Amino acid sequence: MSGAEKISVRVTEVTALNELVTRFRFESLDGSLLPTFSGGAHTVVEMKDGDVTRLNPYSLMSDPFDQTAYTISVRRDDEGRGGSLFMHNSVGVGDEMVISNPVNLFSLDLRAKKHLMIAGGIGITPFLAQIKQLDRAHGNWELHYACRSVALGSYIDYLTSTHPNDVNVYYDDQEQAIDLECLFSGQPLGTHVYVCGPKGMINWVRGKATELGWPREAIHYEEFLAPQPGKPFEVKLAVSNKVIQVGEQESLLEAMERSGVDAPYLCRGGACGMCETRVIDYTGNFIHRDHWLDDEGHSSGEKIMPCVSRFEGKTLVLDR
Amino acid sequence: MALQFNDETFRDDYSFHNSERAIKRFPFPFDKDSYMYAVNMEQHRGGPSDSIYEKRFDVDEHYVSEMRDRAMVLADDPLRCQSLPHMTLAGWDLLELIMVSKSEDYPDLFELHRDGDKWHWVNKPLGIDDHFTFMDETTLPYGPMEYITRQTQGDFCVLDQRDDNLWMDAGTITTQADWSLDFDIGMNFFEWHAPVPLAHEKGIFVRALKFLLNIQQGAPARRLNWTMTVNPLLDTSPENYHKWGIQKTSLTPENIGAKQHLRVELQTFFRLPRSNALVFPIRCYLCAFQDLMTVPKWGRRLHRVIRDLPEELATYKGFIDNRPIMLDYLSQFDDGLPTSNGIWPEIDGEPPLKSD
Repeated sequence: MSGAEKISVRVTEVTALNELVTRFRFESLDGSLLPTFSGGAHTVVEMKDGDVTRLNPYSLMSDPFDQTAYTISVRRDDEGRGGSLFMHNSVGVGDEMVISNPVNLFSLDLRAKKHLMIAGGIGITPFLAQIKQLDRAHGNWELHYACRSVALGSYIDYLTSTHPNDVNVYYDDQEQAIDLECLFSGQPLGTHVYVCGPKGMINWVRGKATELGWPREAIHYEEFLAPQPGKPFEVKLAVSNKVIQVGEQESLLEAMERSGVDAPYLCRGGACGMCETRVIDYTGNFIHRDHWLDDEGHSSGEKIMPCVSRFEGKTLVLDR
Repeated sequence: MALQFNDETFRDDYSFHNSERAIKRFPFPFDKDSYMYAVNMEQHRGGPSDSIYEKRFDVDEHYVSEMRDRAMVLADDPLRCQSLPHMTLAGWDLLELIMVSKSEDYPDLFELHRDGDKWHWVNKPLGIDDHFTFMDETTLPYGPMEYITRQTQGDFCVLDQRDDNLWMDAGTITTQADWSLDFDIGMNFFEWHAPVPLAHEKGIFVRALKFLLNIQQGAPARRLNWTMTVNPLLDTSPENYHKWGIQKTSLTPENIGAKQHLRVELQTFFRLPRSNALVFPIRCYLCAFQDLMTVPKWGRRLHRVIRDLPEELATYKGFIDNRPIMLDYLSQFDDGLPTSNGIWPEIDGEPPLKSD
């Protein structure tokens, strides 16, 4: 079985935070304690939506030391393939679900003298867990959090009331913006920067930090990509000796799983590299969406990350 | 069967010995009649009853004496145990993993009672009964990693994971096959493996690192590694090479069966949840050639493996000069009969040695 270990849980709270974001609380089905985790970890939530099973990663936002429950916050994406809509519309208190053991691809670097956190929108969630972890160890951190408006700013009241000196909030609709250059220039040596948010924000922070000479090892980022819908395509799986169709609303990985192929995966968001698959033959164009392969890997025509990437063309043969 | 702990030494008079039970459960590392490096990992989730794979941290008849030997090594050389400042959380992770595992797997030997962060640990074989506060170093006599690894057989490398690499940032290393924590501390996976011959060319380390980076909570892995040691020395460190290196020249046809030991490491890998670090326990098992030869399958196979091993590996493992005398001895136990696949002794399944 691919993926991390599974945990059977019950939904014990569903809390709408604002128009877009809802929080879910999970407790283990048999009442046992959940594993501890490290701030920045995510869990993969299995959603059984009729005949379709979707597995989406969500950052754990609860206290990593609290083994009684995990919480996640899900932002509704009306344009997406329906994972977040399913969570918002179909999951209620008392439901049984299956989630994965925590996996961390956005770990704190515990050598850092200071942790500078930059969040955009729903990208706040991993920082909530990291802040709890750092507070317990008396760590030095500072958060800069950009959101659209007061109404859409999840956890702002909680953050500003518990950490008035360490949390800075910026509202887009009030035309407030993080002054990155100023922020970066004032940091002590040994500071690490962490960014989680929309792709544009991640690129902006990474680009500015690199431009200002920050070491590569001191820049951390996480962006989970939801697989995007696209035109249907056909794939030949050489090892399994199967020809499968990838539908408009499903990912290549999901189509393989639907066809009974146990393909490796971990994050399902284009970040971890686990599902990397060798291309044996193709005629057409890849639509690469992952963060794992570099530009060279994307243009080589030799590899694809089936969790988020797609294909348009005549023939695609994979080593799976 | 209750464990009887041996009173034995791994130095000076070398009174170390394996009982018949210990010989039967010895992790013979060769699953076929030849050996080459491979990424030979499997899941670490139990194994046959009373095998060394059965428990998460195997406790055997050598436990008490091994811990006494570790205390002596650390008294002579405190740098065998080091933890860089950012690794303390991983040390608590390790302490928790071992205490929980041992108290669940060996309830008659170890007890852990937890009331929030007030913990009570009982280690009966070593006569330890301590109350402490989890995550508060001031309530333990040592740092958390040193405290628990002074009570657990095997060396422990605690590896930080960052920048898609693993870093040797903490460990307790007193039973090592000729490598030094004090030398390797702070190195990454490729740096500390640089001296190993042949494996780099085969791409072994790139694949092994990828595997290790993806080890997840609740899904530990394991593999075996091996080398040769003259006299049952746990501490074959570079720091003490001047003491043990010379002993490799003491083999004679008369004493080789008792003096020459096959040294096998059970290497396991666990993701540590609170720190996202990886712990890499390296547990050393020793067995004298003459004890191994009581298992006909192992006698036949060990001769063939040692005879056909590439020269680079025999050199790297430090027995190239002794290989001829080893082969003279081992060939007596190889009658040319075929052997069955797998590492298990198959005492009842394999024919006894054919005598001429």
